[in-house]
Amino acid sequence: MDGTRKFKVATKHHVTTTINGDPAEFLCTPEQTLLDVLRDVLYLTGSKEGCASGDCGACSVILDGRLVCSCLVLGVEAEGRDVETIEGMANGDELHPLQQKFLEHAALQCGICTPGFLVAAKALLARNPDPTETEVRYWLAGNLCRCTGYDKIVRAVLDAAAEMRGN
Amino acid sequence: MARVILSGTLRDLAGGDAEVELEARDVRQLLRALGERYPELAPHLEQGYAIAIDGEIFQDAWFAPIGPDSEVHLVPAIRGG
Amino acid sequence: MNDVTMKGLGERMWKVVGTRPVRPDGVDKVTGRAKFGADLNLPNMLIGKVLRSPHAHARIKSIDTSKAQALPGVKAVVTSADFSDLPSEFIPAGEMMVNFRDMTRNVMAREKALYEGHAVAAVAAISEAVAAQALKLIEVEYEVLPHVMDVAQAMQPDAPLLHESMYTIGMEPKPEKPSNVAKRVEFALGDVAAGFAKADVVIEREFTTQPVHQGYIEPHACVASVSEDGQAELWCSTQGQFIVRNFCAKLLGMELSRLRVTASEIGGGFGGKTVVYLEPLALVLSRKAAQPVKMVMSRTEVFKASGPTSGARIWVKIGATRDGRITAAEALLKYQAGAFQGSPVQPGCMCAFAPYDLENVKVVGFDVVVNRPKVAAYRAPGGPISEFAVESVIDELAGRLNLDPIEFRLKNAAKEGTKAAYGPKFGPIGLVQTLEAARAHRNYGVPLKANQGRGVASGFWFNIGGETCAALNLTEDGSVTLVAGTPDIGGSRASLAMMAAEELGIALDKVRPIIGDTSALGYNFLTGGSRVTFSSGMAVIEAAREMIRRLRERAAKIWEIPLDSVAWEDGHARAVGGAKQVAPMPLAEIAKTAGKTGGPIVGYAAINAQGAGPSLATHVVDVEVDPETGKVTVLRYLAVQDAGRAVHPSYVEGQMQGGAVQGIGWALNEEYIYDKNGRMENPGFLDYRIPVCSDVPMIDTVIVEVPNPRHPYGVRGVGETPIVPPMGAIANAVANATGIRFTDLPMSPPRVLKAIDEKHAATSK
Repeated sequence: MDGTRKFKVATKHHVTTTINGDPAEFLCTPEQTLLDVLRDVLYLTGSKEGCASGDCGACSVILDGRLVCSCLVLGVEAEGRDVETIEGMANGDELHPLQQKFLEHAALQCGICTPGFLVAAKALLARNPDPTETEVRYWLAGNLCRCTGYDKIVRAVLDAAAEMRGN
Repeated sequence: MARVILSGTLRDLAGGDAEVELEARDVRQLLRALGERYPELAPHLEQGYAIAIDGEIFQDAWFAPIGPDSEVHLVPAIRGG
Repeated sequence: MNDVTMKGLGERMWKVVGTRPVRPDGVDKVTGRAKFGADLNLPNMLIGKVLRSPHAHARIKSIDTSKAQALPGVKAVVTSADFSDLPSEFIPAGEMMVNFRDMTRNVMAREKALYEGHAVAAVAAISEAVAAQALKLIEVEYEVLPHVMDVAQAMQPDAPLLHESMYTIGMEPKPEKPSNVAKRVEFALGDVAAGFAKADVVIEREFTTQPVHQGYIEPHACVASVSEDGQAELWCSTQGQFIVRNFCAKLLGMELSRLRVTASEIGGGFGGKTVVYLEPLALVLSRKAAQPVKMVMSRTEVFKASGPTSGARIWVKIGATRDGRITAAEALLKYQAGAFQGSPVQPGCMCAFAPYDLENVKVVGFDVVVNRPKVAAYRAPGGPISEFAVESVIDELAGRLNLDPIEFRLKNAAKEGTKAAYGPKFGPIGLVQTLEAARAHRNYGVPLKANQGRGVASGFWFNIGGETCAALNLTEDGSVTLVAGTPDIGGSRASLAMMAAEELGIALDKVRPIIGDTSALGYNFLTGGSRVTFSSGMAVIEAAREMIRRLRERAAKIWEIPLDSVAWEDGHARAVGGAKQVAPMPLAEIAKTAGKTGGPIVGYAAINAQGAGPSLATHVVDVEVDPETGKVTVLRYLAVQDAGRAVHPSYVEGQMQGGAVQGIGWALNEEYIYDKNGRMENPGFLDYRIPVCSDVPMIDTVIVEVPNPRHPYGVRGVGETPIVPPMGAIANAVANATGIRFTDLPMSPPRVLKAIDEKHAATSK
């Protein structure tokens, strides 16, 4: 009997990046997505997998200022870039206005879609601080929610936008 | 004597009897008496029937009291989703 | 715009109930800290994956797992050989009676694969990549059989047979040959023939609905860890940790107390997580490998292998007199159960005409198996399907009689004392109040433009109580920990804490709720049936009352006065009846000396909650139909529902809005598309498109309160009823807009456009 069991270990790439403002590095295989890396390598489980095909938005992160589905980005693509996840949204122990408004408006029930919505809404308000209800709805059309019917989510985003504008 | 109303499948298994009068002080006694009178019915009673006693539904409640003039219905158990 | 209409409040001045505080578990959810099923990782953990049948119907002739076993990195492989065959035994599960003989086969196929996606083997390996590789090495020899997907076809005498031992129950005379019809049920009152004879107008119609998935965003996920002595821990996303314990223990032949199940946060369930899929597999793999095993379904697997609700064929006939009184109503329901028996046809029959006060009614239902995944409960299981059909015919009747749709329903509305088709008489219910509130709402008067229409529908769901335990523990610094046993799927930790705070008379933030695992409390039936605020609420209130009694006892001892001279008010013990002149003693003070006055102060309730009251609703929808594309846009949506007592109005509104939007998806777009081989063509969120944010308007809500006298605070469950009216309301609105009665769901753009084009072609001739 051959005493050696040869394991075929896939080649891993070393990636250096910035996550929520902090330097980070990790090893990943070429086919691992950024979502896989965040959740399974870095244990940042705030981003969720709902579909792995870019249809539900539960894995939303901001990459170099742009809203993306992390399940559609390869881990190696994070090299040298800036990644913002839900874990970086609060400022120390001070919640972001969006987070606070989601709580006040009861804009979450089960909460699985909530990190994705918060990141997506943050990206929206960064480029359009005074969106209409329609603009909010179309921007967030890439984030699926099955619990709330979206009503309170939209109200929370509009309310947070108003607060952030200083109204 | 409690008046037990059977309908649909249960009535068919009770040989067509739509109304039965039984001596029973609680749900457990009632189910036992029904099963004894109609042996074909007995295995179905295990499968989960709630009991409506004078309009009020009881589920999994062997000792829910049945009055001497109560009207009793067997209602399929509801679980929800 | 959200209103709460208070009726029947009684004399009690509520301090906490009825307010809208931030939920106690909220911060973890908005920061990504809350742990859902797939968020747990254990040291030395393996990844498990399932091999699934590519065939809709096939005999499994052999399975060879030797190559998979030999792959380096694979630690365990299981097939049906690792599960005992269980005898036929019915137990309640979700909305149906489940047979363990069927359950073990659904979890892992034995003789046959009965649907595409049916699990035939599973592996646990050191990584997902190795597990995926291992699945490819498992050799399964299938004998492909003809399959059947449609209910009507499955009922034909020459249809492919799924189960050789299935003889229809409830048929007289008993059938001699097996078939795909598991069961026939019947509910009747009065004499429908006589009733129809008295009618001036009779309308009958046939309808079809498609299976729709609950659509929870979080796929099934669990982590199992079995120790060498057979004790096991299981972490899973579930609506019922005690149910999971029961099912897994039965399937694995384990003693219940040796399996400790913890419910993770759950990313949606809606009834679909009241059963087990991965959990028994993960446990058996973990047992074999002697390492923890994590299993998570992909979205494709969720669609192919977890239960949607039934598709159905429905026939409805209703007769009424010219002045608008219904004299008879009849329906025939044929529901798909998927590969194993147990569709919700029975509650579908019972709910169908429940909103109406009828003397003569007859409903017959058939439970039919087809080569699709086994159905699981979906929010008010069975009800939305039958009530869609009934509400459509009610609407047509109202139109024929020239009566306003709300007026027609008011003339026939079920009230307190109405006898339901399935037997009992209703206690106080709020249907009339919801109809009146809908009619009075400004949405009902908005003028409609071209291609626009308005539709109304009412809805009914029973709600349940059930076995429930709750514990309250007083800490030494005067705060209270609350342990509930029903997973929180919609914000119930908030309402439970509120009820404890209300009863104890203390500030809400002094009550910290958690959901306990199966070792923390006595048995709890699952979260479902709209039962948590009602049943866990009742248990929490009872536990609080027990705690109050103990607090009074301690104060009585400290003050050296009789117990009867101590009252509990506003979180303080108060000496009453002139027994002693002393300042009231707050809860925190009694807590401080608890150790010296007799020991820790707790309250515990273990109940089988009875007396759940039905929740009735009325929805009003305005739509616009684009005649060039067939697209139906929802312009305005109003949901009015009786909550009994809205403990936290925001979460009651949340249930109403969420259910309404699920209903919009069911009405306008969701369906399973299969190819000719019985393989699903749209197992993903791109092509199984659920409503997105831009598809829907704000959902206006009005909460009506007709307190349920059987609950200490008057609570009624509200979670399920909201999904019952939408399909009827939208179909009625589309009929109002286009003049076309749609009887087949979904009313997706291609179907609507086709009907509009056909109508134009017909009228232009």
